[in-house]
Amino acid sequence: MADELDRPEEQGEPPSSGSEAHLPSPTIWPFAFAAGIALVLVGLIINWIVAAIGAAIAVVFGFLWIREATREVRGAAPPPPAETRLAEVEEEGAEGEIQRYSRTRFLEGATLGAGALIGGIVTLPVAGFAILPAFVDQGHDDIDLGPLANFPEGQWQVVTFYSTGADVSTGRRTAFIRNNGMLDGVPSMTIISNRCAHLGCPVQPQGPTTTQGEKSVDAKSGEVDVVPAQPSGFGCPCHGGAYDTEGNRTAGPPVRALDRYHYDIVDGNLVLKEPYSVAEVDGTGAQATIHAYALADPGQHVDGPEQIFYPYIPK
Amino acid sequence: MEQLVLLPVDWLEERSGLIGGLRYFLFRKVPRETNWFHTLGSATLTAFLVQAVTGAILAFYYKPDPDKAYASIQNITNDLTLGWLVRGMHRWGASVMIILLFLHMGRVFLFGAYKYPRELNWLIGVLLLLMAMGEGFTGYLLPWDETAYWATVVGININANAPIAGPFIANLLRGGSEIGTNTLSIFYAIHMLLIPGGLFALIGLHLYLVVRLGVSTPPWTKNAAGYESDDGRGSARAGLVEPRPRGNGDGGLQRPVERRER
Repeated sequence: MADELDRPEEQGEPPSSGSEAHLPSPTIWPFAFAAGIALVLVGLIINWIVAAIGAAIAVVFGFLWIREATREVRGAAPPPPAETRLAEVEEEGAEGEIQRYSRTRFLEGATLGAGALIGGIVTLPVAGFAILPAFVDQGHDDIDLGPLANFPEGQWQVVTFYSTGADVSTGRRTAFIRNNGMLDGVPSMTIISNRCAHLGCPVQPQGPTTTQGEKSVDAKSGEVDVVPAQPSGFGCPCHGGAYDTEGNRTAGPPVRALDRYHYDIVDGNLVLKEPYSVAEVDGTGAQATIHAYALADPGQHVDGPEQIFYPYIPK
Repeated sequence: MEQLVLLPVDWLEERSGLIGGLRYFLFRKVPRETNWFHTLGSATLTAFLVQAVTGAILAFYYKPDPDKAYASIQNITNDLTLGWLVRGMHRWGASVMIILLFLHMGRVFLFGAYKYPRELNWLIGVLLLLMAMGEGFTGYLLPWDETAYWATVVGININANAPIAGPFIANLLRGGSEIGTNTLSIFYAIHMLLIPGGLFALIGLHLYLVVRLGVSTPPWTKNAAGYESDDGRGSARAGLVEPRPRGNGDGGLQRPVERRER
């Protein structure tokens, strides 16, 4: 076997034309033919017009392909080989080799570049979807807490409500609300969030707790629980942060006062608006001066020199 | 009979080189006077594989939905056969893995095994440590009980206190401005998909460098790595079989360990 294969080389004979492989000349017709077939298959499902167009394409390009493939048999002249120009360059020697090398380099670069481009096109929107929510406003729904009559003047209420509107337990929030009476003809309310300004645990009212006088209001935002309380201040169970009844820090690790809610009276109902952060509160009740800032995460300073660490707080 | 065993092995080896590769990986030369401290890395790897397998099986029954998560954990623990065991393995195995990780890191540090040429492996190890801690943080939320919820609130807010980037990191972890329904799915995806993928990749790189660079000599040994001992106690690879090439025997898979000349 090996001898047979070796013999032509030894004897210097040119390979006989009978054993030469008949390679079809390069052609793009099969691609178009395949596209036509694909169109036929799609057309069978969608529309017979599409199938007819596909069939026409397949017939035309199938015919061209057959012509191309049988060119040699029919005795027509083969097309000039595509490598002619390249072969000429190669014959020039060293310079030609450099040309060849640059073509390889070009293909390398093109492959890597195309890969990087495709990777970038695929990655960018995905990365954007993963990261952008961190920068984009999620918004706060207005929260209807029911009739103002449930909040008698000078009385603290522990109010629990759904903040997201939907009836999901993770959206359950608590606020401490006190009606301070009328100020310039408008009810003045102190509405303190129970989110600790240290690391976000739920602060509790200090003092006797009771469920006496508890009211369950069926408000627009869902079920709202209103429990009267007489807090001497607020305390956090996690790390011992303590606050007075205006939300000012009195002890422990919190860096600022408790957050508060903006509010509005709509059709006699108390409606919670955006929450905001508070550095400190001077005075009490309706006469209090609130040093308000944009809502910040717990533990972040909103005033003082430390605020430079949090220049961009996403809304 | 021997032929019966060797036939499939040889078949596989001839087509893939996997057997030779496995031998190259397992039967490496190690310095003499290595001891149990050198097994801490393998122990950590074992703990990780236990976590990967038990975690994947727990995912059969766990439902990352705020309304169902806690109930599904109760179901796994109380109702399903041996569910308590698998969950216990995953829950306690997490602590075991972190402890072993730190012991392994201490061993590498105290033995000076992080020095040239192994600095890159130390850096990869640091990344692995951070990712393991990330697994612990994200996995802690999944039971969705009060402890999990408030511990995560505190954990995310600690992240939020990082200068400049903190508020963004917190929003990213929460999937919004408040902890809610998104947070659980985000933590589940990070815990189940993102970090484990990275862990597998980096562990592969870590092991590749261990195999490439070899095990460092213990600080107390008087034998340099790669030297045959000349004190008459036999070869440095005591007890290990000489790797024998299989298949066509070209030896390409059995690169001899290079001897460092001094």
